[in-house]
Amino acid sequence: MSEFYSDKDVQREVTELQGKSATAARLFDIRRIIGGLFVVYGVIVTIAGFTASDADIDKAEGVNINLWTGVGMLLLGLFFLAWLKLRPAAPPPPGEEETVE
Amino acid sequence: MKTSLDFFLSGRSLPAWVTGLAFIAANLGATEILGMAANSAQYGVYTTHWYWIGAIPAMVFLGLVMMPFYYGSKVRSVPEFLLLRFDKGAHLLSSILFAFAAILIAGVNLYALAIVVEALLGWPEWVAIVVAGFFVLAYITLGGLSSAIYNEVLQFFVILAALIPIAVLGLKKVGGWDGLSDSLTESRGADFMTSWGGTGIGSDNPLGANWLTIVLGLGFVLSFGYWTTNFAEVQRALSAKNLSAAQRTPLIAAFPKIFIVFLVMIPGLVAAVLVPKIGTSGSDLQYNDAIPYLMAQLLPNGVLGIAVTGLLAAFMAGMAANVSSFNTVFTTDIWAKYVVRGREDEYYVRFGRLITAIGVFASIGTAFLARSFSNIMAYLQTLFSFFNVPMFVVFIIGMFWKRASMKSGFWGLLVGTTAAMINYFVLYKQGIVDIPSDQGANFVSAIAGFVAGAVVMVAVSLFTAPKPAEELQGLVYGTTSPGMAEPPAPGDEAWYRKPALLGWGAIVLAAACYIPFSF
Repeated sequence: MSEFYSDKDVQREVTELQGKSATAARLFDIRRIIGGLFVVYGVIVTIAGFTASDADIDKAEGVNINLWTGVGMLLLGLFFLAWLKLRPAAPPPPGEEETVE
Repeated sequence: MKTSLDFFLSGRSLPAWVTGLAFIAANLGATEILGMAANSAQYGVYTTHWYWIGAIPAMVFLGLVMMPFYYGSKVRSVPEFLLLRFDKGAHLLSSILFAFAAILIAGVNLYALAIVVEALLGWPEWVAIVVAGFFVLAYITLGGLSSAIYNEVLQFFVILAALIPIAVLGLKKVGGWDGLSDSLTESRGADFMTSWGGTGIGSDNPLGANWLTIVLGLGFVLSFGYWTTNFAEVQRALSAKNLSAAQRTPLIAAFPKIFIVFLVMIPGLVAAVLVPKIGTSGSDLQYNDAIPYLMAQLLPNGVLGIAVTGLLAAFMAGMAANVSSFNTVFTTDIWAKYVVRGREDEYYVRFGRLITAIGVFASIGTAFLARSFSNIMAYLQTLFSFFNVPMFVVFIIGMFWKRASMKSGFWGLLVGTTAAMINYFVLYKQGIVDIPSDQGANFVSAIAGFVAGAVVMVAVSLFTAPKPAEELQGLVYGTTSPGMAEPPAPGDEAWYRKPALLGWGAIVLAAACYIPFSF
């Protein structure tokens, strides 16, 4: 490192690394993970809601909280899966990073 | 995972909604959830200040004003910005202070996790600390910042799925908001259910703070210090794919932040109704136990499992955020610039993995240190007042005053940190000045650190040489560097992606939220 470590050094270094970076191209889409997990959780908790005992419902102030939470989580999971279906992540065209910089 | 940039900043490639949710989740750790519920059980609706004035303005400022300089200058960390703006002294000092603080804070999160795991699952504290430490270690070493961020986004939703049922059932149990309000007004007085009641200067309230220390200490100094210069937060925005996404990161996070207060405050208030003696010697329950207590009282199997998962997720998010920012600062700012320079990029990725492991082991150590403090939230705010506030003053002056000299950064940071520590350890702990509570003392430490740092910076600047103007392009307000003028990405012209609209929208919404709690 020279006496002055200026912004030009940092910018050059980061730009080079960003050109070589592979993250953008091979990122798995997190929407699939959130969607999948919440659908699974949602189904399990909804089933727990359908089979809830009176003791469960009494404990939760008379609300079938498993059913409501399960349905909510299921809807959120489906929302992410639908979003993924409707707007799939476009793989960045090769060389796009360099032209942006 | 090809380069160090992939490992430390996800290759600057993530979309704004991902970084925005990671930004809020990194903050929504264990200490936040348990601590703010505890705050509410103890102080009541004053808790809203930590959100509406103590977070939103700073988040909007970060997005609208500071992010162009952070992201546009292409720095990889907050200390690296100080290297460009000031000199190596400021850089090295800030890197070391940050690395130190990150490990202490990661330890607090780890300890908080252990408390809850012990309460809910019956594991001994040390087993929980070690197991959780290894969990975080595994996923950060494998995937770097990307896995930390992806976990955070997922955790954000799991945390909501845990907190919403607790808040809803809790309210139902005490007869809705009106029932809650009536019963607490009767037992704790009318001010307990307002944001500003009893905060006049000279009047007495449980928080030990008046409106001026709330606005200046919490709303300005502590909050701006935390949100704008704490690298554990800023790192999320720096990993965004372009400047517009980086600016929107804290702004997208601001909207959930406005409403999350209800999810932590309501359980705290409900606990204060159900267990009137909570936190006093008349009850086994500590303030920190408010949420675990309600979980055990209200949730049946099923949702209870989700809630336990959500809390564990929150603990890991808070710890992972600190560990992933620690490894970045230690590798790119300390190791690669002062110890082993100029090696190939792969070396620094390997070193980053190694230092992650060391960081996790050190956090396990500091978790046992955190055990010796009775109120972890106050401990945490004390750490912020020592470490974030002086960093913030150096930043704000460096960013807005181009005359601030190269040497002033180092001295401002050093004196600011020392002043905050002197206020806390000498003036407050030795009883030289009378401040009623730890939280109140933290507000004063923050203001002392800020003022001392600012005065020293101005004084040093007047006697030392400024940085040449051409070196300051893109680092000081009113200048731009060539790298900053990125063309907007397709779709970023849409009105709902305009940073100014998002930012001002959040401010107006937060101000409006105060109205029903002010009279």
